[in-house]
Amino acid sequence: MADTMISLRDVTKRFPGAARPAVDRLSLDIEEGQTVVLVGPSGCGKTTTMKMINRLIEPSGGTIEVDGTDVMRQDPVRLRRRIGYVIQSIGLLPHRTVAQNIATVPTLEGWDRARTDARVRELAGMLQLDEELLPRYPAELSGGQRQRVGVARALAADPPVMLMDEPFAAVDPIVRARLQDQLVGLQRRLRKTIVFVTHDIDEAIVLADRIAILNIGGILEQYGPPEEILRAPANAFVEDFVGPERGLKRLALITVSDIELEEGPVVGPATPAEDARRMMKETGFGWVAVIEDRVIRGWVDEPMLEGKDRVEDASPRKFGAYVTPADSLRKALDSIVASRTNVAVVADRNDRYLGILTLERISREIRVPS
Amino acid sequence: MNELFDWEWASTHLDLFARQLGQHVSLTLLAVAIGLLIALPISIYVHRHRRLYGPVTAVAGVLYSIPSLALFALLLPFTGLGTDTAEIGLVSYTLLILIRNTVVGLDGVPPDVKETARGMGYDDRQLLWRVEIPLALPVIVAGVRLATVTTIGLVTVTAFIGKGGLGFLMLAGFRNLFPEVAVLVGLVLSVALAVLAEGLLLAGQRVLAPWSRKGVAGA
Repeated sequence: MADTMISLRDVTKRFPGAARPAVDRLSLDIEEGQTVVLVGPSGCGKTTTMKMINRLIEPSGGTIEVDGTDVMRQDPVRLRRRIGYVIQSIGLLPHRTVAQNIATVPTLEGWDRARTDARVRELAGMLQLDEELLPRYPAELSGGQRQRVGVARALAADPPVMLMDEPFAAVDPIVRARLQDQLVGLQRRLRKTIVFVTHDIDEAIVLADRIAILNIGGILEQYGPPEEILRAPANAFVEDFVGPERGLKRLALITVSDIELEEGPVVGPATPAEDARRMMKETGFGWVAVIEDRVIRGWVDEPMLEGKDRVEDASPRKFGAYVTPADSLRKALDSIVASRTNVAVVADRNDRYLGILTLERISREIRVPS
Repeated sequence: MNELFDWEWASTHLDLFARQLGQHVSLTLLAVAIGLLIALPISIYVHRHRRLYGPVTAVAGVLYSIPSLALFALLLPFTGLGTDTAEIGLVSYTLLILIRNTVVGLDGVPPDVKETARGMGYDDRQLLWRVEIPLALPVIVAGVRLATVTTIGLVTVTAFIGKGGLGFLMLAGFRNLFPEVAVLVGLVLSVALAVLAEGLLLAGQRVLAPWSRKGVAGA
């Protein structure tokens, strides 16, 4: 069990003149190294909650601890330099070059030039920013590039905590998906404690280790891993917010390696046609996979075996596509629907046969709570 | 032409022209510099304490609207003939322009830039000097440009209180103390000075704010 990095206890925020508190007695523990996504409709206090963590907004009540220390007992400037911060509009300094922007916190912290330069280059590489972009001004960048500079800048002084407020909301869906993948990949290596705010449940599902679903007024409706929220929504609000296609969304979270594969009808190339035919009948598939030294050669069916002695005489056909153990069940389902054999063939990266997945097997996975 | 303008006289008085031009430039520079020293802190304060913006610009506006001759006449009994009186008048005319442009410039700094700067751990002073002032600079420099060109024009009026730079040449020409050519030289030189100042400050603005050429931020 990892340590708690951020802890909110009965945190309340009342804005002057507002009838209801924006956040009302919210308690939440965020473990070190996890990505927690705060998600909810506008007015749910998710951004307010995030900004209370780095004291851009001061709570009216309750306590917030970061790494075991009450934020209200810390100098806000020192606190913020240990917390990376990215917002939707990014807010790059327009009068500073990309390199200077990335170096913002190192510069404030008084790093020497060599160390800062090395760090800027390292981050540019990490976020796949071409080095020739470094001397440019933010206005010369594309939306996706700006977003990545914003993330690089937030990571510059290697803060243990990152706050990200809808950082990908302003870019088009294709770029957004790529940035999300990149963040997931980055996080796998860096293991920061990330608090990510979005109103997009699909984005939350992709990024989160745990999702906190907030209702108007900062009411925590459910807090758990995405898979759990999709499988067992705590109440009607969560169910409604998660939206339709819960089953399909869950499939995206489960990988092929998570479930048991079926062996499938498998024969060697030297198998007599007669034996292959019998296997087709017994298994009910109407075809068999041809495997040689564990490597997939293809498949044959009844008509192809007509007048042939052995399976290999029928020149097996290639499968359209395989799925790998790391693929999601959603991809496997797609492969099933697209294939002529009505199964997804699972193989490792060297085309070695591992088994098959059927529609029945996958739908059982969606139905039965694991 | 030779009957109208005494070029002979002009060519023997080049050192006079140079001296008056020098005085014109130094009166202008001093006025704009003092104006900035007064206007910048006031603008920064007013930017943070918004309620004061109205009263402050009202006072600066009143100063700006007093006819220059009248202002110099009013000051004479207190500060006498000379540089002090001239500068008090000249400086007071720069204030409205400089304060207004500086405040507008500071207002134009994008709120998301300020928010992230704060979120990354800039303190108030760093935010002001490293973010707000640099981003407001194109608008502030535009104010300096306008103030400078205005002051170059106004310096000529200080000829009535014994200064005047190039204005002295014009006044002396009107009063037939100098040949008419002095008026022409004064006029041409003061226009040339204004054009040159405008050009230099415009170039300076580009050097100080290279990012703004890309069409972002500021003016």
